Amino acid sequence: MTLLEEFGLWLKTLNWPEWAAYVVPALLGIVVVLGFVLALVIIFIWFERRLLARFQVRLGPNRLGPEGIFQPLATGLKVLLKEDIVPAKADKVVHWLAPIVVFAPILLIFAVVPLGQRAIFADLNVGVVYVVAISSISAVGIYMAGWGSNNKYALLGAMRSIAQLVSYEMPIVLSLIGVVLMAGSLSMTKIVEAQAIPFILLQPLGFAIFFLGALAEMNRSPFDLLEADSEIVAGFHTEYSGMKFAMFYMGEFGHAVTYCCIIATLFLGGWQGPLLPPIIWLLIKVFALYFVMIWIRATMPRLRVDQLMGFAWKALFPMAVVNLFVVAAEVLWLQTITPWVIVGINFVLAVFLVLMWSRLFTLGGGRVEV
Amino acid sequence: MAIKTEPFILNMGPQHPSTHGVFRMRVTLDGEVIVGLEPIIGYLHRGIEKLAEGRTYIQNMPFTDRLDYVTSMTNNLAYAMAVEKLAGIKVPERAEYFRVVIAEMMRISSHLMGVGFFLNDLGAMMTPVLYMWREREKVVDLFEMLCGQRLTYNYMRFGGVSQDVPEEFWPALKRFVAEMPKFIDEYEQLLSLNEILLARTKGVGILPSDMAVNIGASGPVLRASGVKWDLRRADPYSIYDRFDFDVPVGSVGDCYDRYMVKIEEMRQSVRILEQAIAQFPAKGELCANVPLLLRPPVGEVYGRIEAPKGELGFYLVSDNSIAPYRFHVRTPELINLTALREMTIGWKVADLIIIFGSIDICMGEIDR
Amino acid sequence: MKFERYGIGIAKGMALTFKHLFRYPLTVQYPEEKLVVSRRIRGNELVWYPDKCTGCATCAKSCPQGNIEIATHAAKDNKYVVDKFEVDTGRCMFCGLCVESCPYEALAMGYAYECAQYRRGDLVLKKETIQISDARKPSGYYRPKIEEALPKQTLLVYWDKEREEGGQKLNFLGLSKKRGRGV
Repeated sequence: MTLLEEFGLWLKTLNWPEWAAYVVPALLGIVVVLGFVLALVIIFIWFERRLLARFQVRLGPNRLGPEGIFQPLATGLKVLLKEDIVPAKADKVVHWLAPIVVFAPILLIFAVVPLGQRAIFADLNVGVVYVVAISSISAVGIYMAGWGSNNKYALLGAMRSIAQLVSYEMPIVLSLIGVVLMAGSLSMTKIVEAQAIPFILLQPLGFAIFFLGALAEMNRSPFDLLEADSEIVAGFHTEYSGMKFAMFYMGEFGHAVTYCCIIATLFLGGWQGPLLPPIIWLLIKVFALYFVMIWIRATMPRLRVDQLMGFAWKALFPMAVVNLFVVAAEVLWLQTITPWVIVGINFVLAVFLVLMWSRLFTLGGGRVEV
Repeated sequence: MAIKTEPFILNMGPQHPSTHGVFRMRVTLDGEVIVGLEPIIGYLHRGIEKLAEGRTYIQNMPFTDRLDYVTSMTNNLAYAMAVEKLAGIKVPERAEYFRVVIAEMMRISSHLMGVGFFLNDLGAMMTPVLYMWREREKVVDLFEMLCGQRLTYNYMRFGGVSQDVPEEFWPALKRFVAEMPKFIDEYEQLLSLNEILLARTKGVGILPSDMAVNIGASGPVLRASGVKWDLRRADPYSIYDRFDFDVPVGSVGDCYDRYMVKIEEMRQSVRILEQAIAQFPAKGELCANVPLLLRPPVGEVYGRIEAPKGELGFYLVSDNSIAPYRFHVRTPELINLTALREMTIGWKVADLIIIFGSIDICMGEIDR
Repeated sequence: MKFERYGIGIAKGMALTFKHLFRYPLTVQYPEEKLVVSRRIRGNELVWYPDKCTGCATCAKSCPQGNIEIATHAAKDNKYVVDKFEVDTGRCMFCGLCVESCPYEALAMGYAYECAQYRRGDLVLKKETIQISDARKPSGYYRPKIEEALPKQTLLVYWDKEREEGGQKLNFLGLSKKRGRGV
């Protein structure tokens, strides 16, 4: 019984008509969720620019507002006022629709992320499946953007994107199934409640695979060859300007918000924590994860396309399958032992698998005989 | 039914975030694999060689700054040495030591910039660039103290250098030389053992040693291919035979070797700097007495030095007038760049950018 | 250094980046904080001493581009009177050859570097505007007597010394106390 459903029931006791008691809580929920997401996107933009700058021994933007907190607002205003250029032979409908297809799923996923004990917009009992399905729609949007631009650089970026996004779905889904097996249900609220010990300790390998897969799905370093600034100018969003570019830009940070919230919910225990209110705990975990993502971005170079695909299919996917089998075996036979034994077994397994798989890592390949 | 693919031509045009300067390439791609490459240069041509025929020898000195604008002092030095060879001017010893100090500082600065932008092309998001430019800023500050500008120095004169050294130069330089090895170790810790860097650069863009010698390559590109040829050892100029340093040589000739050769050369430059500061004569002239309108005797000369990017040579023909009859620059980067097609065929677009970045060009020198 | 494959290299690099979070940022917040430039800076203008100049035009002959324009007429007792002394700083590359070649030390490079104008014609310095005055200070390039009077340069090599000692120690948090418009 979520908070919104209780609110609807209370409205019915005030003799409101049936449809009003359904629509008003829904609208209230939409406003709260959208506000939460968009506010987090703007805070993430500020946080990333300042933190990336401190990693690089410089200050970030600090002119607009105290310590630059109005900088994302100024960026938004600037892109609104720019001219919207559409290339001459571009496919007009596809070109116009692509930013929307990339940005809308981000808002849709937050319907099933629990922000508190019973504060969730829709308590679906197939929440995980919903998340996986909706997050795959953005891939189509990126391909539409690359195809509809009539630009060879954009097409190169789009082709790479399909390969990357589709191949990294598999390890993500497999590690999610491991979580579901341990929690015993597909619903996001039940997964959070089942984490007496957070799943990052119980399944370190699953967390690592999901984290790397999420980095690839978000097109962030070290898998950001879709918008590799140094190679294909700007990849799939080369030909976009104005508000459409703003949708792609916010879409990138929106994906970061989404995946950080999902990892925090599924692996770190969601809103659980001792003293502070649950929403504060969720925000602390989300920002800690984002700190790690920015840290990785500041340090590492990017992979090449064939190395990326090799990493997904030859390294992450088999490790995810092995992880799934081991978790299934543990759930089946080690049901009654204290969880710390499972923690120990899983850590040893993770270290062993990583060491064994790193022997497959060879250097110097990749040249094609022409 | 077999699927038919068709190669398409991609123009990596003069305006691109990663071609270092205005360099244009017409690349024929089959999917992502490169099957053909045609470089097109000339977007920065300013006619320096023709302009130099109408100006006196000393008026050509600021023009040589603008050849490879990253290593401006070295260009000045090469031109000054060529003219001294032509006119028979002897350089006092204090000036020779000072020229060595400046040349090695310039080598450190140029390699910092080259390595930094190579890592930026790999995708490390400006972090190595900003760390390395912190050290380069220290070098550029010291040069600003000497001659007043930070990029185009115009400091060398025929027979020495133009102005004396202020006394706050030496403590600052000693502190820089003392701290530099620790920073070079930090750069190695940042990315030299990184698995992603190794996967992307080892074995990529191999330049075999016989091809390198055949095209006339020089500098780090040649040494990374395994050929131990450094003009400071093979054809010693100035007073380099008094210093003790090693010449780092690579083994395979891939991008990783070119990167490691540059980092090792920075360490050797620091060694030379320490020895030069210790041996610096306290008294002496800083410039020989040369008239303003120099009239060298009739003849021709080719003077070359080991610039950070390779062998930089000036070919001057004089007919006993105040302006040179012919002024030609043998630039290392244009010659090194002729192997680009052989190095990149068979690799992918992402590798093209890295191979190009590892050769480390500057368009001012290629187009002149 | 031995190459090990399972992520140690990545971990070392990330440890270094984390260490840099605790170092002083190198940004100089420009209009509010300005560094002291070199005493021999070849700034963006030229400074002329009319009482020392004899109108010999050696500077005009030694400019590689011909930026200096001098017109004189002969006065009594064999001296020149300078009518026109113009320098086109829009074309000038500030190489300093004119300053080096002047035999009477009547020309010096300028100390200021913020000399932007709104129109290209305003960049041509005429005889009235190029003279030495309080607003137009000379720099010590090739003029040792002027060089001794100027303040010493701030160097990044002394990154842990305060600004007064010639260092460039900046604030760790970078909070700018005097916030100007920043334009």
